[in-house]
Amino acid sequence: MKTWLRIFFVGGAISFRALFSWIRPSIYIPTLLIGPTTQIVFFAYLGRTAHLKSDSWFVVGNAVQSASLAALFGMGFAIDGERWTQTLSAVLATPANRAALFLGRALPVLVNAAITASTGFLGGALLLGFRMPWSSVPALALLLVLASFACTGLGMLIGAVGLRLRDVPILANLTMAVLLIFCGVNVPLDKLPHWMRLAAEGLPVTHAVAASRLVAGGASLASVRTPLLVEMALGSAYLFVGFALLRWFEAQGRRHGTLDRA
Amino acid sequence: MSVLRLIWSGFVMNLKMLGTSSFFLLTSTVQPVIFATIAYYMFKSGGRPGTLLYAALGAGMMGVWSTTLFGSGGMIQWQRWQGTLELGVGAPPSMALVFLPFSLANAFTGMYSLAATLIWGRVFFGVPLHFAHPWLFVLALPATVVALGLMGLILASTFVLYRYANALANLLEYPVWIASGLIFSTAILPAWTRPISWALPPYWGVLALRHAALGGDVWRPLAMLVVLGIVSIAISTYTFRLFEHLARARATLSLT
Repeated sequence: MKTWLRIFFVGGAISFRALFSWIRPSIYIPTLLIGPTTQIVFFAYLGRTAHLKSDSWFVVGNAVQSASLAALFGMGFAIDGERWTQTLSAVLATPANRAALFLGRALPVLVNAAITASTGFLGGALLLGFRMPWSSVPALALLLVLASFACTGLGMLIGAVGLRLRDVPILANLTMAVLLIFCGVNVPLDKLPHWMRLAAEGLPVTHAVAASRLVAGGASLASVRTPLLVEMALGSAYLFVGFALLRWFEAQGRRHGTLDRA
Repeated sequence: MSVLRLIWSGFVMNLKMLGTSSFFLLTSTVQPVIFATIAYYMFKSGGRPGTLLYAALGAGMMGVWSTTLFGSGGMIQWQRWQGTLELGVGAPPSMALVFLPFSLANAFTGMYSLAATLIWGRVFFGVPLHFAHPWLFVLALPATVVALGLMGLILASTFVLYRYANALANLLEYPVWIASGLIFSTAILPAWTRPISWALPPYWGVLALRHAALGGDVWRPLAMLVVLGIVSIAISTYTFRLFEHLARARATLSLT
């Protein structure tokens, strides 16, 4: 158990630091902290032009969605980056417990995603005058963690696919775009075609965004229990499927000798 | 004549290289279509469907800017990775001239964006493609692309010193979309942003395209594109010389 925890926490932290060699203030701040705010401002102004919704509506939607930026790319690179640095075979040759190995990598990504999303709210407050009751902050923080968890689960799936495909960044970019269109981030769900609304039900972010908007408007956490539980269930499902795929692709890669070749 | 040959060879070579990059194809075709889709739904939901051509042009120009930006950020970095940066720097022509065709090719690839958003809008959202001044549109398009390419050259020169150009590129994408009013009017932005907008070729580029498509004065934005293009050449020639010298002096040219 001690070894499991050591691999989970220490291994995850070192992997995060090592693989994200670009995490230094001059890179981290523009990419992950300022980026979400600029996205929020852009869509808020577009919303004003389209006469669609208030600035607050766009602040909440885009801030929550920005968790996917850190989560999808983070998890994707946490696995694909090993191939870049040619350490994938070495990592997978270890007898370390795979759950500790991969879930340990997911934890810092999840935390980072929640931080990224929270800066969006800060940017919205500074630049667009976004305000919400202070009493809503804890509930909103929980929802951000939950959205980050669900996105990290999806990121695990992308990372797994990255064992078979070469272009993880492209896959992550496309997935982010799907979340941006489908999940009611910038277009109300009831204005989307029926098939898109159906697809949105099965995607991370959708339920977290809906719940966050209610909470930011003053609703209690108890009143958004259903979307909260759905988001948690979706995140768990993606994480489980992602992890299962990782194990399967790892076995396939070992059998065919294709771990380092995508 | 040899300058023209250099520009043409570099342009064609980079165009071929970009054509094999799935990242670039994504940036230049898929991403603008995604933003165009969001904009279409937002305008339709907000009861302003008459602005769909406006949205298509704006989303296309967003793609042109993204392609120019990431291309400019990447061209120095990619050459570093490939080990060809020193060869370009060591070649007899000035560094600005060596990289000019690369930057033009980046912006040219961005034209795929406009084509993608207009076709997408027509096929899936029934956007009417009736241009008020079709011939001026044909004139405005290459003028915009060249002006953006020349602006990309300034960006690329700064990336000679900055090793993490992609991070800077990420930072500049949305702000320039906003300040240039690519998909909404700059009139809704705070007044202090106006001078920033006026200094940006994408602002004048989208004005020229929008006026050519929807009606309005095209010649003034076109003239501004020419002026900003000349200014960009002057600045980038100076900055390339300066930053090249600094990178040589500090021996940081090939650092990755």
